[in-house]
Amino acid sequence: MTGEVLLEIRNLVIEGRAGEEWSRILRGVNLTLHRGEVVGLIGESGAGKSTLGLAAMGFARDGCRISAGSIRFDGIDLRTASERVKRGLRGKRIAYVAQSAAASFNPSHKLIDQYAEAPVTHGVMSRAQAEKDAVALYERLRLPNPEEIGFRYPHQVSGGQLQRAMTAMAMACRPDLIIFDEPTTALDVTTQIEVLAAIRDAVRAFDTAAIYITHDLAVVAQMADRITILLRGEEVEENDTRAMLAAPRAAYTKTLWAVRRFQRADQPPPREAPLLSVRKVSASYGKKPVLHDVSFDLYPGRTLAVVGESGSGKSTVARVITGLLPPSAGEVMLEGASLPPDYRARTRDQLRQCQMIYQMADTALNPKLTLRQIIGRPAAMYLGLRGRALEARIRALLEMIELDPDSFIDRLPSELSGGQKQRIGIARALAAEPKVIICDEVTSALDQIVQEGILRLLDKLQSELGLAYMFITHDLATVRAIADDVVVMQHGRVVEQGTKPEVFTPPHQPYTELLLSSVPRMDPDWLTNLLAARAASD
Amino acid sequence: MAALIRMIAQRLALGVLTLFIVSVVIFFATELLPGDLASTLLGQAATPETVAALRRQLGLDLPAPVRYWNWLTGALQGDFGVSLANRRPIADLIAARLGNTIFLALYAAALAVPLALILGILAALWRNSVFDRAANAGALTAISFPEFFVAYILVLWLAQSGYFPSMVRISPVSTFGEKLYMAFLPALTLTLVVTAHMMRMTRAAIINLMAQPYIEMARLKGMSPLRIVLRHALPNALAPIINVIAINLAYLITGVVVVEVVFVYPGLGQLMVDSVSKRDIAVVQAIALIFASAYVLLNLTADVLSTLTNPRLMSKG
Repeated sequence: MTGEVLLEIRNLVIEGRAGEEWSRILRGVNLTLHRGEVVGLIGESGAGKSTLGLAAMGFARDGCRISAGSIRFDGIDLRTASERVKRGLRGKRIAYVAQSAAASFNPSHKLIDQYAEAPVTHGVMSRAQAEKDAVALYERLRLPNPEEIGFRYPHQVSGGQLQRAMTAMAMACRPDLIIFDEPTTALDVTTQIEVLAAIRDAVRAFDTAAIYITHDLAVVAQMADRITILLRGEEVEENDTRAMLAAPRAAYTKTLWAVRRFQRADQPPPREAPLLSVRKVSASYGKKPVLHDVSFDLYPGRTLAVVGESGSGKSTVARVITGLLPPSAGEVMLEGASLPPDYRARTRDQLRQCQMIYQMADTALNPKLTLRQIIGRPAAMYLGLRGRALEARIRALLEMIELDPDSFIDRLPSELSGGQKQRIGIARALAAEPKVIICDEVTSALDQIVQEGILRLLDKLQSELGLAYMFITHDLATVRAIADDVVVMQHGRVVEQGTKPEVFTPPHQPYTELLLSSVPRMDPDWLTNLLAARAASD
Repeated sequence: MAALIRMIAQRLALGVLTLFIVSVVIFFATELLPGDLASTLLGQAATPETVAALRRQLGLDLPAPVRYWNWLTGALQGDFGVSLANRRPIADLIAARLGNTIFLALYAAALAVPLALILGILAALWRNSVFDRAANAGALTAISFPEFFVAYILVLWLAQSGYFPSMVRISPVSTFGEKLYMAFLPALTLTLVVTAHMMRMTRAAIINLMAQPYIEMARLKGMSPLRIVLRHALPNALAPIINVIAINLAYLITGVVVVEVVFVYPGLGQLMVDSVSKRDIAVVQAIALIFASAYVLLNLTADVLSTLTNPRLMSKG
């Protein structure tokens, strides 16, 4: 691990333009990487991780500029090198793996064409050689049908497979350095494991150096030899992985460790009748069935977590409950009365009872409306509030979500941070005075510290207002933090349900076991041990 | 592939339906025009008796739905009836003219489409450069002037000085080279008029995509800017570009009336103008139907081609 230095970044300053102003994204960062070494880069969004990763390729995004410091890659100064020289390095000696493979593969070309592009253009090998090589790499990364998968278009391949195909593409020229920019963040936990194992194996096999960018400490612990922690463009701490995990020094690092502090108090078992019941619901999109015989109950003042991977049907259940997708069989009961299957047939009061909060607060808020209009509309529509009463209600709601009404009421969504936008989503749902709130992955787009704030707020509102939450998530850590009851879904069926202690205490259903065991732990040997254990039990 | 054939069949059926509706509109709209052909034709000799006799002879005394039916069934067999003005079969009148109009449209398209694509791609590649601004300004200037003005400017520059003829005397015996030479000015006028729209769409469609993660990925693979535009952006930008090209091609066939009149070009547009002034309704109806068919057919082609460029749509079903 102490080979020659491959990449040396010194006092790097990168600025980004916001309007007329230039503000610093990186404020003098150092990074040294030896041949064959994997460095983990950790931080929240906005910390400058991706900017630093791209800078290692001598690349700054449009609207950004490298304004001070040096970047030396294998003796080449990337700050002064010509575009031609840098183009010659990119894809050939330094490669990049992006967060969303689905967006980073060109939809118009087959995987093999995109794989072969770099080696053929850089003159590393012929097209025929590249195709042969691709099959070997696809196999090494454990893609199904390595012979044939390259001849598919990106939309014909699943997310986890695309992410591995992108890793193969990055390795096509056997680069000295690969930048992995959150390669598993968008994946389900069970898929994440396969991708992590494949990446780690391939990086080791070719002795490639790597910068592994993520916000998930447990993930980086599996991948990196050393870890660098960034906060607002500055390095907070840097150390060997094991040393840092054992004894974090900086105060900020310690808060990252302790971020899952929040734990909702255990609730006594429900005594009242269920508020909302889903009874033997089946549903389909067109002819494709997506839900089979799904039943569960939601109780007042309790949180039901619906867990499952993407495609398990958890969001579809929410669509059935809200009446957006009438079920093909079964029914939804609210306070003992059957709800009309189609939302258009429901009364305004029935609609009011059940509100939603969405995953992407960015797209769920109309960018042209002020917070007063966004929060005021449901209050006016469902409760008929006007004039001063409406104004007072909007202010009360803003106070409930811990935003100062005087400074926020006339702002636009673009003037808010991600966490604040999600709070507005909550206020909009509360404005209707509902009994049930469906939260669809409401924290998964947020940083961990911000997530914690949202979860605490939801918990506080629940105990004040006696709300019932249906919490759709794929994140088991969130489930542990907030759920009272848990429903585990797979392929449109409920595979297990019960109170949180029942579901989380062994023995588990096989699928629940798989889900639980796939959540990365802070132990650097976790992945190795897990893979060994799974291999042994096969 | 089966999905594609189904889509084509569906669009064709819709196209036929559209044409049927258009034919109804054309027929009954011309019915509403004031004036009476028989009395116009007879002029001074129009007495109530002669007018009635001529109306009977021309079939104008039959109820409108019957005349519509006769006209439609005839048109479907390529028989548009006879010109009310000079008694020649309309199909013969139109055939030669249609060939000329299509020749001019293809000529202008052969100049305009490559020019627009190349200018658009280069403008996208060097966006915000002097070239980009000059190309945009030039194209916008050309599109902002009325066609007849552009045409007369070209006549002033290129015909007065004797390089190209200002009147197009195409006859059935003209060779291809002669035709190209004689029709150059009208084709150039049309090119100047339609290039801007296609060029700006090409530029905008490509620039729209330049912020996509897969474009950044191509840059991080060390690809050159030209290759990124041609290979990574253009294939994904083709659908809107094809649609704009189709609309402009349809315009080249149907919108050339003014240009044909200025250059005395023997095309459909000129025939239509003549027929309107002579109240030769039968000819106007036939030409209107041909124009409508051109629109329907070109839009169908554009839809099919856009689908072909999108692998996500192609592999569905």
